[in-house]
Amino acid sequence: MSSLSTQHVLALHDLNVSDINLILDTARSFKEINERPIKKLPTLRGRTIVNFFLEPSTRTRVSFEIAAKRLSADGINFSSSGSATSKGESLIDTAKTLDAMNCDLVIIRHKYAGSPYILTQNMRAPVINGGDGKHQHPTQALLDLYTMREHFGSIEGLKVGIVGDIAHSRVCGSLIEGLSMLGAQVTLIAPPTLLPVAPEVLGYPGGTPVTCTSDLESVLPELDVAYMLRIQLERIEKAPFPSLREYARLFGINTKRMAMMKPDAIIMHPGPVNRGVELSSEAVDTAKNLLLYQVNAGVAVRMALMYLLLGGDADGTVS
Amino acid sequence: MALLLKGGRLIDPACKLDRVTDIVIRDGKIVELGAKGKKLSIPKGTEIDCTGCIITPGLVDMHVHLRDPGYEYKEDLASGGAAAAKGGFTAVLGMPNTKPIIDTGSRVRAVNEKAREATRTKILVSGSLTSGLKGEALSEMGDMHAAGAVAFTDDGRGVQDNSLMLRAMEYVKQFGAPVLTHCQDEELVADGVVNEGAVSTRLGLAGWPALGEELEIARDIALCELTGCPLHIQHISTKRGVELVASAKEKGLPVTCEVTPHHLFLSEENLDETYNTNFKMNPPLRTEADRNFLVDALVKGTIDCVATDHAPHARHEKSLEFELAPFGTTGLETALSLMVTHLVDKDLLDWDVLVERMAHAPRRILALEAAKLKVGATADLTVIDPEIIWTVTPDCFESKSNNSAFIGAELKGRARHVFVDGYATLENGKVVA
Ligand SMILES: [Zn+2]
Repeated sequence: MSSLSTQHVLALHDLNVSDINLILDTARSFKEINERPIKKLPTLRGRTIVNFFLEPSTRTRVSFEIAAKRLSADGINFSSSGSATSKGESLIDTAKTLDAMNCDLVIIRHKYAGSPYILTQNMRAPVINGGDGKHQHPTQALLDLYTMREHFGSIEGLKVGIVGDIAHSRVCGSLIEGLSMLGAQVTLIAPPTLLPVAPEVLGYPGGTPVTCTSDLESVLPELDVAYMLRIQLERIEKAPFPSLREYARLFGINTKRMAMMKPDAIIMHPGPVNRGVELSSEAVDTAKNLLLYQVNAGVAVRMALMYLLLGGDADGTVS
Repeated sequence: MALLLKGGRLIDPACKLDRVTDIVIRDGKIVELGAKGKKLSIPKGTEIDCTGCIITPGLVDMHVHLRDPGYEYKEDLASGGAAAAKGGFTAVLGMPNTKPIIDTGSRVRAVNEKAREATRTKILVSGSLTSGLKGEALSEMGDMHAAGAVAFTDDGRGVQDNSLMLRAMEYVKQFGAPVLTHCQDEELVADGVVNEGAVSTRLGLAGWPALGEELEIARDIALCELTGCPLHIQHISTKRGVELVASAKEKGLPVTCEVTPHHLFLSEENLDETYNTNFKMNPPLRTEADRNFLVDALVKGTIDCVATDHAPHARHEKSLEFELAPFGTTGLETALSLMVTHLVDKDLLDWDVLVERMAHAPRRILALEAAKLKVGATADLTVIDPEIIWTVTPDCFESKSNNSAFIGAELKGRARHVFVDGYATLENGKVVA
């Protein structure tokens, strides 16, 4: 019997190695249930889980929603297109309001870094960070770790290249920590204008160090995983590179580059893919099973996290 | 009415003075200083025992945001004046980013008049360089100068347009008042909120690069060289920025600069995943290497003075997501104690240098009358208890706001009495209303 060492999951580093393994193991049993015709478990019946989304993100929200429903929790969507403050209510006041309604778990997605922490200071329920600004997106990282672990059996020693907009990526904030914590060798691959100023701090203290390059082809043949980040087209006006065409030419995966990869190497992407940019259409078609596997794993990992944060044990009971 | 301050240690490098002696004040002036070991007495009046205290010329903070008019819920002239007294200051220079912005002579006069009613602390007024702080056209600086503005600044923003900045400095030169510059290249800084580097990367916050400050310092120094207009760099925060000032000084240019206590005693390493918005300031807290360099430069004198950039904000404004909260920390009530705790008490800075950096240099930069501990001088004095230990708490402030980056700090030394024109604004640690 074991449980998580943390009440909230705001950042990947809130978890230790055994937490991560517990979540991934629990997710595996939920994933099996997700393959059954009847996918619903009574585990969290009567519990209220709030999806507090201050930034539109259909994919992540739906994934959490399905996860809550499969566990029989009452899922509430509380969304707002703008910031709460644009309605005149501060995040603190919104948190206190949610707290007064006795919800059991809150998932927050917000475009400002650190907002999940504000929730934890103003409510009693556990908080899961569903993505905060450019800071962290721990559930995405967990589903990616799940996918890699299932595929390769273990994360330790894997060579993972993360390609693209590292500087503006909350996925990186979490995923690099997780990989470094579990002993993978991470290489960040991006034009210098999309690398963070201090990439070394993205690793986990005491974990494997992170390296950087702007030459994709020089490292591609060694990689076990090419993790392609989505280029945020809306950020292009800042022009960190001259054109999508040139980006694709230097940092995209196409048929020619796929042929350079190890036979058992995999391509991953947090989605949605910009076809022809991060991945050519041929590359998407080759990788699509795994990309969909990531989405599928996302539900199981989020179920596991909800279940464990609400007092569930690895043996399937909820206290 | 006469006042006798007994037994204090008088320190004033301008008069080469450092001795324990009595001092008599009458009609707003220092009228008598005791010789070494000689005790003074007065027939009638008040005696204040200053044994164990240090008496200095009144401290001046040349960079404060008093928020009045327009944002009186953050601070007003009375509360700002009280905060100054509590912190040991006899005079402060208010920045023009009020509502309305101080960009005409009548607005300078309005603040000066209101200040006379509101507080005995000397409130000095700076006017904006550009109309409405918009960075588009010169404001009526001649009018403002005639109304008593002592300096010109667009503090809060750097003037982005090089030709406008050149014209501004050419124009101001005729008044003999300094131009104070907040150096920030808006293209480079964009929406940066913390120093660009390890912490911005780790916390996922937009970086405010050192270069965004240094490039404008370099430009303003070049314009100073061209125009000869006295230039004062506000709240300098990086090593390279200080090096630029040092080389300008070597050339003999009329360039000075200030540093804030938060850039001296805090760094980006104070920021963590609690996203404490009291550590959000502009310019941002820099690296430990920058911080150490600033301390050295202040001790050596490359940095001329300490100024707080006292920036009060209401609690509801600071209790927001880090990226949404306004920049700034209060500073008036902690600056002196921080200097004593971290520098004087650690033998990194002598008392007479502290007096130079906090009392004489600001007056010299602003071309104000010098304050001296000598007979005939205006009795603007700060009496400091160097041994008192106190803790900064959210409810310890005279300021209307308590967004201090130093809450929780245990500090040594604090002003005990403050006299402005011979009148007490602080008496035994209590503000005189
Ligand atoms: Zn400023």
